[in-house]
Amino acid sequence: MLTFFKSAEAPAPQPATGFFTDTTLCIGCKACEVACKQWNQLPADGFDWAATSYDNTHCLSGSTWRHVAFVEQMPAANLNGGHSTSGAGSPGDLASNGSGDYTAGAPYQGVTHLTDASASGAAGQVARWLMMSDVCKHCEQAPCEEACPTGAILYNEFHNVYVQQDICNGCGYCVSACPFGVLSRTESDGRAHKCTLCYDRQRDGLTPACAKACPTASIQFGPVDELRQRARRRVGELQGRGEQRAYLYGDQAAGEYSALNAFFLLTERPEAYNLPAAPRRPRASLGANYLFGALTGLALLAFSAWSAGKGNSGNQEAA
Amino acid sequence: MPGLGVTFGRGAATSFQQDLANSDCVLIMGSNMAEAHPVGFRFPMKAREKGGTLIHVDPHFSRTSAMCNLYVPIRAGTDIAFLGGVIRYVIENERWFKEYVLHYTNAATLVGAKFRDTEEDNFRGLFDGYKESSHHYEAGTKAWHYQGEPGSNRTNTPASIGAESWSERLANMDNPTPPSDPTLQHPRCVFQILKKHYSRYTPEKVAEICGCSPDAVIQVAETLCQNSGPERTSAIVYAVGWTQHTIGVQIIRAAGILQGLLGNMGRPGGGIMAMRGHASIQGSTDIPTLYNLLPGYIPQPATVRRHETLKDYLEQEKVENGVWAKFPTYMISLLKAWYGEAATKQNGFGFNWLPKIDDNYSQLPYVHKMAQGEVTGYFILGQNPAGGNPNARLARKALRELDWLVMMDWFETETASYWYKDPDGIDPKKVKTEIFFFPAAIVAEKEGSFTNTQRLVQWHDKALDPPDDCRSDSWFVYQLGVRLKALYAGSRAARDQGLLNLTWDYGRDGAATLPDGSNSRIEGEPDVSKVLREINGYHVDSREQLTGYDELKADGSTACGCWIYSGVFPSKDFNHARSRERTAGNYVDPKWAWAWPKNIRMLYNRASADPEGKPWSERKKYVWWDEEKGAWTGSDTPDFPTSKKPSYRPTSHSHGMEAIAGDAPFILKPDGRIWLFAPAGVKDGPLPAHYEPFESPVGNLLYRQQSDPAVKEYPSKLNRLSRPADPHFPIVATTYRLTEHYLSGPMSRFNSWLNELQPEMFAELSPELAAEKGIANGDWITVWNERTAIDVRALVTPRIRPLFVEGRQLHQICVPFHWGYAGERVGAIANDLTSLLTDPNVSMHEAKAFVCNIRKGKHSKRRVIAPLPFQPWRNQSEIPDTPPAAQPEGHALRPDDAPKLESRPESNARTGAPAHRRP
Amino acid sequence: MSQAPFSPQSAAKHSRLRGAVAVDSICPYCAVGCSQKVYVKGGKIIDIEGNAESPINEGTLCPKGANTFQLAANPHRITRVRYRAPYSDHWEEKPLEWALDRVARRLKQTRDREYREKNKKGEVINALTSVGCLGGATLDNEENYLMKKLFGGGLGMVSIENQARI
Repeated sequence: MLTFFKSAEAPAPQPATGFFTDTTLCIGCKACEVACKQWNQLPADGFDWAATSYDNTHCLSGSTWRHVAFVEQMPAANLNGGHSTSGAGSPGDLASNGSGDYTAGAPYQGVTHLTDASASGAAGQVARWLMMSDVCKHCEQAPCEEACPTGAILYNEFHNVYVQQDICNGCGYCVSACPFGVLSRTESDGRAHKCTLCYDRQRDGLTPACAKACPTASIQFGPVDELRQRARRRVGELQGRGEQRAYLYGDQAAGEYSALNAFFLLTERPEAYNLPAAPRRPRASLGANYLFGALTGLALLAFSAWSAGKGNSGNQEAA
Repeated sequence: MPGLGVTFGRGAATSFQQDLANSDCVLIMGSNMAEAHPVGFRFPMKAREKGGTLIHVDPHFSRTSAMCNLYVPIRAGTDIAFLGGVIRYVIENERWFKEYVLHYTNAATLVGAKFRDTEEDNFRGLFDGYKESSHHYEAGTKAWHYQGEPGSNRTNTPASIGAESWSERLANMDNPTPPSDPTLQHPRCVFQILKKHYSRYTPEKVAEICGCSPDAVIQVAETLCQNSGPERTSAIVYAVGWTQHTIGVQIIRAAGILQGLLGNMGRPGGGIMAMRGHASIQGSTDIPTLYNLLPGYIPQPATVRRHETLKDYLEQEKVENGVWAKFPTYMISLLKAWYGEAATKQNGFGFNWLPKIDDNYSQLPYVHKMAQGEVTGYFILGQNPAGGNPNARLARKALRELDWLVMMDWFETETASYWYKDPDGIDPKKVKTEIFFFPAAIVAEKEGSFTNTQRLVQWHDKALDPPDDCRSDSWFVYQLGVRLKALYAGSRAARDQGLLNLTWDYGRDGAATLPDGSNSRIEGEPDVSKVLREINGYHVDSREQLTGYDELKADGSTACGCWIYSGVFPSKDFNHARSRERTAGNYVDPKWAWAWPKNIRMLYNRASADPEGKPWSERKKYVWWDEEKGAWTGSDTPDFPTSKKPSYRPTSHSHGMEAIAGDAPFILKPDGRIWLFAPAGVKDGPLPAHYEPFESPVGNLLYRQQSDPAVKEYPSKLNRLSRPADPHFPIVATTYRLTEHYLSGPMSRFNSWLNELQPEMFAELSPELAAEKGIANGDWITVWNERTAIDVRALVTPRIRPLFVEGRQLHQICVPFHWGYAGERVGAIANDLTSLLTDPNVSMHEAKAFVCNIRKGKHSKRRVIAPLPFQPWRNQSEIPDTPPAAQPEGHALRPDDAPKLESRPESNARTGAPAHRRP
Repeated sequence: MSQAPFSPQSAAKHSRLRGAVAVDSICPYCAVGCSQKVYVKGGKIIDIEGNAESPINEGTLCPKGANTFQLAANPHRITRVRYRAPYSDHWEEKPLEWALDRVARRLKQTRDREYREKNKKGEVINALTSVGCLGGATLDNEENYLMKKLFGGGLGMVSIENQARI
């Protein structure tokens, strides 16, 4: 397509928008996944039952732009002998957890699992089945945008990271640059695809399809400044109710990585949801990479001519 | 729906979903609400966010459990034991809502001296009047009646027939003020009977039966008690997890008793929400496609009662007090709506054109008849018995016995392909059935109304014409009627006069226009708004619409297709069901569509005020008596005669609505009160008692009677049942729903976006059971029982856990029932494992508790059915009249002239796993 | 930070709902009763989403509701009448009118043969018990009404069922 060489006038900048995904409200229904596929007319990726809780989409892909992760954290059942149903001594286990355990708000997210009261059983323990709707993070400084050599990836007027399909040539640099594994190329056309934050809908003042469909307001869309304020209040609220584990992921820049415009409220360490604890931004270590690359190149040159070509491709693997 | 109907008066959810947000506690039991009704679950979530407590008591730890504050796993089918334990706690600890219970329930009413409880005769577990020889209670047993009620010499339906009759349900009770003891001390008052009946449901005993801890019972009970009373309310939510049992009606009765004792009925944040499964399942009960009812819960004439003539029928079905006292006006107006001018006083308004029932013709017994070759032809519109029926194999065998079958659906479902795709390996050359498959319109391609789970009638407009030969079901039925009338034209046979006189004038007045301004291409589509106008009713002479059922007459001057829906179309041009107006400041939103009856959103809402008519508390204010106006007022339409003072008292001569006291909110009951004790209306006892599921690995720890004494069995080779404690089948199985699929799959397994989310049939089992059987997560396993064996994948998860029951470890497995042999994804049918047997009240089966065994590996004998080919969505065509820049982003995924790089699966940056494995 | 230029497609981007007709509908799945907006353009459904006005769903939908679009535009959908003759091993495509006429005749034939004024016990039933109808919970109230009226009130059929019993 010749449009590659054309450019149009940039629209006037708008307040930055994003997603605040509050996992304490997610019921794991996957309405976001289907609403996204419907609006964007994305194909099903295939049918692959994975025996991993209820997650059969596995991860984000070129044609799956919302993905709900499931994390089962259940107290281990302990059902060995010695169990007494007559209640002699056994109910005490639950009581020892505090008979006030059940009152509202005391483990907030997580269910008090009132099961059998075996000798050292799980009665009264907290069971959690965490669910999180994952999406492109729309990083404030996105490595994919930085890696894109053609200008296909840009920040649109809402400061969302957008892949212009009429520009993308499918080189795949963005795929390896993204520390979250968001981008991938589809087999059908070879180009990179990901969440557009419903750019087309936003142009007309419409809420992105996933956020609109979400029945429990786990996915919230809006101006990102407003979302960050709301999210911080929410963390405070949850901690006030006893949910000390509540925190925001990607609310602010951390280490070498920028803040995320699609950020999350989590109640477990990031790795549990398959999120990197400290995402890497390839450009942050670019200098070192170049130096390393150059030195390696020189060293290898001494041994083998063909290996020199590998020297500066280090940043492809940096993620 | 006798569970709610007998207890409160109407067989429908008592409140509306939005009101759950006002609950201080929601007990979800027999429902997987977050998965089966995710959008309805927004409201319990709102309650939780406001500080309310959500409790889930369920055999299966589901996404619903994960959202709750408390979860109690129990053995499938032991709900009455658990609720009985909670009821006992409430009574023993004097936590019941005294003023409410005294005035609004029958706690003080005295029961006749002959009454004998389940406790007697060494815990026999049976009430009076049981006939051992025929396995049911004597019809209309008088032993359960209130003191001084003589009963009636009217006939009673034998228990073998599930037919409904209001006069029977209301015990033919004529006295609005039966003898009572307000001190609640009399040994035969309902309260004392109740107290004694549940006295052995101690936390320890309940724990032993259910497999939970004694403290779980106490904690759930205590939480409910703390969240009930004048200032606080708790709601109960249930669904088919309660109904699909041989004791389903009694489980719901137990919930009704609990809510009555806690004073949670008719109050904001309270009530019992029946979460129903289909878009208009409530509507199809109100305007029933049910064999034993006419529209508006009017009993279908039956040979088993004295129904020879209309006069006999009205006499037999007469109810003295309450809303049902005007029954003749409902019935005669229905006959006028159906038979028009031909319905005259002389011919009993055409009463004898209605068929009379002489047996149980409900769906499941009918399948049994069909399998015996007693059925010739069958219409199936939008239902999938070949995959969805209990004992679906038996249903498929039954279908093969038909001479002809007419189907209407969107896809080639299990039912459309049973004659060649049955996994049992059927030779089509041996199937005699002539089959017609009519392609159906989807909802967006037709107009009409649905009644949702909260009795809300919502109209949907037609967006566009259906493709090709697809037609609406109303087109089909209307056109079939037109043809039949033509075929029978001129007949003088008495049997044909009902059809020839049937009013059938639903043709359009002029061309139908679609919303985009174009003309519809469909010929002969009926004008369904005419149908809803007829359902609403009209004055025969003026053809003016009725504004409500109070206008109905018994002299033939009014016609009304369904009296409880009267008011939905109150003037010729106002379809209230189509109204889409929000009301600022009132969460009841009375102008958003229309709810039956009388647009009341919360039933029995008179109970939201105290006996004097004042709100129980400011926090729980809803409907109250306004002394100045001399009327009931509030956020909702009062479910009470608007100007009846709280102090009004009937005399012994009062009749009809006059017999209902000003402090009696349950106006469909002759005494205006919640029936904690049901003197009539339930066929297996006036109080719920714990019975084991018909198939159970354990004995009844409370009574000598093992399972429901009045269950009906349908023995046949394909429908064998396990006896209690069968050592071959020690595992309890229960079926359940997933968010991603719908019922037996006709509306989800042809859809790639849903299939990819849950592509395969599986069973959930505990790591302990898996270890015992040498099964690893993801393995193929065989699940089998007396009926058949199916192959499924094992999803081993600690969400499922073994329970301690009767002092030993007991395993449960949970089986979703969404798969079958038709569709884009295929899998074993869970319902091939379930059995056909029916409960005594509503002919419901028991899919939520049965027994099985499992082993590693596939069962080799089953035929493997190939799914329909996967149809990737990228073939979607362009959006018309839309520039390229506004085409869906996904269209860019289609192969085009974009530079093709090496096509290999991308590696996922973090996990190293292939980004996607494709078929 | 240098910003890549907007392509003409990006600059012109907007929602496809522009110019579409919005029609009020109700979700066909469960009994929650979510309101939907069906968007039609050029005689085709181009999008179905939740109606934000509804007090029940306030614009939201579950995955099944969100997938309603795929019920309409579905490659597996059957759009012509299929007929399977007795003992045949295949479907045949038939004209709609032919099929409806034949069903009417088949029904009349069965009814004329099997309708009974009295049952074996000699009780008056005026019924056709050997033909049944199943379905209704997924259909409109008006459709249920027509079915009950025609099959029950007109033809004397008794087993008109949908197994809605809770």
